[in-house]
Amino acid sequence: MSTPKNENAIKKNGRIVIVGASLAGLRAAEALRNEGFTGHLTIIGDEPHDPYDRPPLSKQVQKGWVRADHTKLPRLREINAEWKLGVAATSLDRAKRVVRLANGEQIGGDRLLIATGVRARQWPNREEAALKGVFTLRTCDDAAHLQAALAANPRRVLVIGAGFIGSEVASVCRTLGLKVTVAERAAAPLAGALGNVIGAIAAEMQRDAGVDLRTGVSVSALEGDAKGHVRRAHLSDGSTLDIDVVLASLGSIRNVEWLDGSGLAAGFWGVACDAGCRAFDIHGVVTDHIFVAGDVARSPHVLYEYQFLSTEFWGNAVLGAQIAAHNMVCAETDRRPYLLVPSNWSGQFGVNIKTIGVPAFGDELIFTQGSPKHRRFAAAYGRRGRIVGAVTFDHGKWLQFYKAQIMRSGPFPPLQAEFDLPADMRVIPADFPARGVPTAAPDVVLTGHDPSERVAEYRPRTARAEIRKAATAANKEQKKQWRVAS
Amino acid sequence: MTPEQAFTEAMKFENRPNPYPFFDELRKTPVARVTNGIYVVTGYKEILALIHDPRISADLRNRPNRPNRAQTDPSNGDGAEIEAELLEKYGKDPMMIIADPPDHDRARRQAMRHFGPPHSPDVIPNMEPACVRIVNDMLDKTKDKKRMDVVDDYAYPLPVTVICRIMGVPLKDEPQFHAWIADMMAGAELGPDAATEEGKRRKEKASASRIGFRKYIIQLVENAEKKPSEGMISKLAHDDGPDGRMSPSEIANNVALIFIAGHDSTVNLISHCVLTFLRNPGTIDLLRRRRDLIPRAIEEVLRLESSVNFWPTWTALADIEINGTTIPSGSPIFFMYGAANRDPRKFRDPNKFDLEREEKESLGWGAGIHVCFGGQLARLEVNTAVEAFLRRVENPKLVIDPPPYRRNALFRGPLHVLIDVDGVRD
Amino acid sequence: MRIVVDLNRCLGYAQCVPLAPKTIKLSGEEALEYDPNPDDSQRQQVLRAAASCPVQAIIVDHLDAGPEVQREHSEKRKRH
Ligand SMILES: Cc1cc2nc3c(=O)[nH]c(=O)nc-3n(C[C@H](O)[C@H](O)[C@H](O)COP(=O)(O)OP(=O)(O)OC[C@H]3O[C@@H](n4cnc5c(N)ncnc54)[C@H](O)[C@@H]3O)c2cc1C
Ligand code: HEM
Ligand code: SF4
Repeated sequence: MSTPKNENAIKKNGRIVIVGASLAGLRAAEALRNEGFTGHLTIIGDEPHDPYDRPPLSKQVQKGWVRADHTKLPRLREINAEWKLGVAATSLDRAKRVVRLANGEQIGGDRLLIATGVRARQWPNREEAALKGVFTLRTCDDAAHLQAALAANPRRVLVIGAGFIGSEVASVCRTLGLKVTVAERAAAPLAGALGNVIGAIAAEMQRDAGVDLRTGVSVSALEGDAKGHVRRAHLSDGSTLDIDVVLASLGSIRNVEWLDGSGLAAGFWGVACDAGCRAFDIHGVVTDHIFVAGDVARSPHVLYEYQFLSTEFWGNAVLGAQIAAHNMVCAETDRRPYLLVPSNWSGQFGVNIKTIGVPAFGDELIFTQGSPKHRRFAAAYGRRGRIVGAVTFDHGKWLQFYKAQIMRSGPFPPLQAEFDLPADMRVIPADFPARGVPTAAPDVVLTGHDPSERVAEYRPRTARAEIRKAATAANKEQKKQWRVAS
Repeated sequence: MTPEQAFTEAMKFENRPNPYPFFDELRKTPVARVTNGIYVVTGYKEILALIHDPRISADLRNRPNRPNRAQTDPSNGDGAEIEAELLEKYGKDPMMIIADPPDHDRARRQAMRHFGPPHSPDVIPNMEPACVRIVNDMLDKTKDKKRMDVVDDYAYPLPVTVICRIMGVPLKDEPQFHAWIADMMAGAELGPDAATEEGKRRKEKASASRIGFRKYIIQLVENAEKKPSEGMISKLAHDDGPDGRMSPSEIANNVALIFIAGHDSTVNLISHCVLTFLRNPGTIDLLRRRRDLIPRAIEEVLRLESSVNFWPTWTALADIEINGTTIPSGSPIFFMYGAANRDPRKFRDPNKFDLEREEKESLGWGAGIHVCFGGQLARLEVNTAVEAFLRRVENPKLVIDPPPYRRNALFRGPLHVLIDVDGVRD
Repeated sequence: MRIVVDLNRCLGYAQCVPLAPKTIKLSGEEALEYDPNPDDSQRQQVLRAAASCPVQAIIVDHLDAGPEVQREHSEKRKRH
């Protein structure tokens, strides 16, 4: 246990612990040293690997061009840290300021960075999920297994869920000449992130490339052969598919379980923090020495009505790590706000899809440049008369024009280009699918009647069915949940 | 000094070796209105914002009341002259550099199809062995000399040979097109220099040469149409790609563009590299020790000495608000890359040649959709030339500093860079 | 060696591709794909590509460079 120190002392000889040894964790460690932190730094990661980059895992790795274990992240400088890899953090004791590890060790520190990211949501039926040939994709080990299966020339691949990752893998399958079916519950691919209008263009792209795209359906069951290898899928429309490989691309679950009982505002939504990356405790009161960055973080954004955003994007991990690192060791008056304008890219079907801002925050859409028909265009998203996001297909050079407008909360429809205008420039509904029931119930409740005695409390984790029931009820009241990633 | 005065001074031939004090003056107003309603942009951030603004056109046909040559009096010494000049050169069927999307994007794809990725990823990398051979041949030739001209003996032959090969232009015609291009470059002048007797003579010579050069290019295109051969000209003339084929005049214009842009600026960059290395003692030793710094050193030279000093064909198509100034619709805009590349708000200690600088994104290659088409080739050439020079030339010393400069204000570079050497290693 | 390309910054004009064709490729007109851990034999090419990127989107490992580079880096840091 360490005693609290002032910022200068911490910078000089404090102890800082980072949990999560991936993009956010590594970049934060480097940023801390750049900030002049000379104390002791411990980095804890449950994966045995050196920090590596994930975006290639669904793209060039699946193509077989790059080996799954060849995406190690470049180091921007020496960080002189104590690495504890292959061992998970299992709990946090805020009073004692220690992190406990799965191997029994306890690591004390003056500052903690939570960068534990997310993991892939598994196929819900455990037995089916355990069949050989059923994969998810988050880690480099996942990627290696999936790639080996794709290289073995399967009869057909089934991708469940047409978010960015699912769509990218479907694209690779076509590049490899594999038959692939994509099953998506929504009306179009990428609909959650970009809405159905843009989704329809993505759907066309998939079909033109020879993907058997089935929208508005879900997969009801997977069936294996005698050797326990998946061979058949049953769809909600009654059809069946003969398949050898399944990628369940169902979104993600935040790695917060290790924070159970820590009294932090950590739940299925991630770890809530302020715009300076400082974690909130369960009451929504900000803590002073615990910071959050990357996929697991959720913080309020000035441009988006101060709503809490989770941004499961690469750029968010990099910038969030820098801001968190700065604020961890700076004087209070030097703290920097985390004012990310979220941005993302996805290469699929030979098209570069880039987004800026938060398209899903908008409800209206206008094509602003280029030709949707030729899949070379820019489109902007608006809400209540201001621009909140934009997307480009092979038009990334113009993205900055929209970024500048988003940053100054410019009007929607946005400034109009003077050449290469789309044929139809009407403002239309962006047509986002109704935001679904959150996948787990909020597990915080308020107790006590008087405001003075009211505290927030964790509810014991309930059984699945109960959660679902609670969720439906909660959903009626619940404000829209903004999840940036699909 | 008013912005107008600073602009005129910066354009004067006598200030060609060092226009930077005037750029500094000009940059006090990062977006400044000078004569003829031209807006010259010298701020880095401002150029970056405007160049990504789809309300700004590169197509000269969008300029209202564009002056024509007959009407302008060169003695005005203002930007109108260069504008009229450009129109005459490029105005008919726009080459990509003065075209807007979608035509620009299409033409660029059509040309890139035979030059670079994704369709022709090997064209440029395949040139590397030839580049290495050419620079070493050049050095072999100077082996017994104690003095060499970096421009004529070293910088020029490489890019010209390579672009001829890529495009399918016969190298044997080099003396002829070299003379034409030199005249054209010398005749494109701004300011009072153009008004002198000599200036007028240069201008006439440039017009004649321009016609000669145009006819020559058109002849090459027509030959290629009739008889397919190696090289980009023929491939453009027989293109069957997804975007179809360019019109014959579009082919001719873009061929002329790629051919001239494809070697002239590269020569200037190689010369400026040697010049800058020698002006900064210790650089040659450092780069010999640290080959890994060479690519960065080249970019840093381009930042300090921009081969394309500015680009003048932009026009505002709407009232554009930038940093407190409104550029009215219809205004001509000049992006002053050479000035923006020394903007202290972007580059710390901007006049310093600094291989360690963190801020590296210069505007030396332009930006946005018109960013240099051939930068990859140019970099391969300059890297090869610099590496061989560093390895083989012993103890180079500048003879005259500043060296004499070429007349052209836009495509800025030394006419000769004389150096004394102890010898050339094998 | 290790690299990463910040594809948010990257504008996809492929200035880098022909300079390191074994390491960086275009998939379609604008989408960049690259080998994050290319063989050491590619070093000079990759450095050229990284220097050439107009938006400096190609990030190269600072630690796996030659000993010369490392020494200079650590000296530089001492100065700071
Ligand atoms: C296949 C794929 C493709 C992607 N493509 C793109 C893309 O094209 N564009 C884009 O912007 N983003 C993309 N992303 C998202 C991007 O990779 C993430 O935003 C980024 O990895 C987030 O980094 P992070 O460090 O916050 O989290 P993570 O990378 O998830 O790292 C968290 C680390 O913490 C570890 N950990 C978790 N719990 C514990 C514990 N209790 N103790 C110790 N360690 C723990 C985890 O194992 C993991 O190593 C993609 C992601 C994937 C998986
Ligand atoms: C050191 C060498 C070079 C430099 C400094 C340079 C610089 C530039 C700059 C600044 C522009 C943008 C002009 C504008 O704002 O519109 C440009 C455009 C262009 N360059 Fe280069 N260039 C070089 C070499 C080359 C080579 C080798 C080629 C061809 C093989 C080439 C072909 C072009 C073309 C075709 C354009 C117009 C692109 C478009 O409009 O889309 N350049 N160059
Ligand atoms: S040069 Fe830079 S911006 Fe261009 S494609 Fe390469 S990484 Fe992207």
